[in-house]
Amino acid sequence: MELSVKLQARVQLYERIRAYFTGQRVTEVFTPHLSYAANPDPAIESFKVDSGRVEDRPMFLQTSPEFFMKRLLVKGSGSIFQICSAFRHGESGRLHNPEFAMLEWYRVGFDYFQLMDDVIRLVFAVSGYKPEYRIVRYAKLFEPYGLNPHTDSDEKIEATALQQGIDVQSAVKLGRDDWLDLFMTHVIEPGFDPAQMLFVHDFPASQASLAQIETTDGGVRIAQRFELYWHGMELANGFTELRDADEQLHRFEEQNRIRKRLGLKSLPLDQKFLTALKQGLPECSGVALGLDRLLMIITGSKRISEVLCFADSEV
Amino acid sequence: MATYNTNEFKGGLKIMLDGDPCSIIENEFVKPGKGQAFNRVKIRNLKSGRVLEKTFKSGESVDAADVVELELQYLYTDGELWHFMDNNTFEQYAADSNAVADSVKWLKDQDICTVTLWNNNPLIVEAPNFVTLEITETDPGLKGDTSGGGGKPATLETGAVVRVPLFVQTGEIIKVDTRSGEYVSRAKED
Repeated sequence: MELSVKLQARVQLYERIRAYFTGQRVTEVFTPHLSYAANPDPAIESFKVDSGRVEDRPMFLQTSPEFFMKRLLVKGSGSIFQICSAFRHGESGRLHNPEFAMLEWYRVGFDYFQLMDDVIRLVFAVSGYKPEYRIVRYAKLFEPYGLNPHTDSDEKIEATALQQGIDVQSAVKLGRDDWLDLFMTHVIEPGFDPAQMLFVHDFPASQASLAQIETTDGGVRIAQRFELYWHGMELANGFTELRDADEQLHRFEEQNRIRKRLGLKSLPLDQKFLTALKQGLPECSGVALGLDRLLMIITGSKRISEVLCFADSEV
Repeated sequence: MATYNTNEFKGGLKIMLDGDPCSIIENEFVKPGKGQAFNRVKIRNLKSGRVLEKTFKSGESVDAADVVELELQYLYTDGELWHFMDNNTFEQYAADSNAVADSVKWLKDQDICTVTLWNNNPLIVEAPNFVTLEITETDPGLKGDTSGGGGKPATLETGAVVRVPLFVQTGEIIKVDTRSGEYVSRAKED
């Protein structure tokens, strides 16, 4: 891609995003990239930075602007969006760069289904595409393989994955969610129509992240979370936001426990965020969308490095 | 033993897998949903030549395979082993029939072959892409036929049999593409 085309594509995308949200009366915000607290999610590694303070208190580059944006929501910002860099240690590949561009937004009063509609409208508005879309339950994707990802035993899930020829080398035993993830990437995803926007929703509660959990009539606990697949990529992830401060603390602590079990360092929790939650987060839904990947789709690029000014290998 | 972390994975890297030396063909970093990261890798088993797909948990390490490729000159065979020499160091290597495999029918002394060594022993011997060999036996062609259409079998000095045009005769030197096993042209003797 010619440099001017590459530069212009991003400028145009950002302009259109801002125009879309201006029309929706969603406010653009700018929150800090550095914090003394970190995201304890065991599947995400933060960059640790010397804060320059004598007390030896490190800072962390944000893995997403979620905690600061939710503190703004508590303060009464109303619906907000942010375009920023997010940083994830060790994530590098065809579709990953350790520093990447993220669009994150929160809609006050929306549930996750309304937010899916919002994502579709935004993508239509910014890309000029009018693709088909489909909304499907996570469990539905596993039906053709005789699996129920919510209720089947760990052993059955692992055995079915092995039957499908997934061959994994790992020093530690893989857990239930690892097998489900691998089943998704190795078996189910290759069957997705790349041209169709596919929203997968209602994930197992164990994959809730910061989503609200709901117990269905059948007694199954599901996360009110969705994931958008398009052109062979995971483009966005959103949910009805968890608002219970005690539950949030519990999930953080659980994540730190898992970190220890995996031999990772436990991380300082964001107490200011937890305090804010106690004051009351308005009912809202939020979503993070990978802007570099969206640019890849718009420009027809195969690798994330093609849309970046300087990829990981060039800095 | 040297090891590689999954974040060092890339095409061409040689690693050990289930006791066999392997070469990475393709590496893709995948991070499904909110889950942990994996490296999805296409690998060639250098012993069997088979290509397989394997997934590694990201961040883990695997043993490196001590595999190098050298350009070696073929010297001779004693019937059991095939002997090669590095023209820079004059070090000699002996390859067994597994390593030589199908390349055997193209091996002519003095030719330079690509030899893959594992732990300093020949694992794969690849004949040069083009070899020039003498025809030791072929039926006399029909007089006047220069078209080459159809052709006839010819046995070469190494024992290989290739199809050659009818006008090519016993005692002539021909050039052969070893990758396809096809006749390319007549060759002048050096």
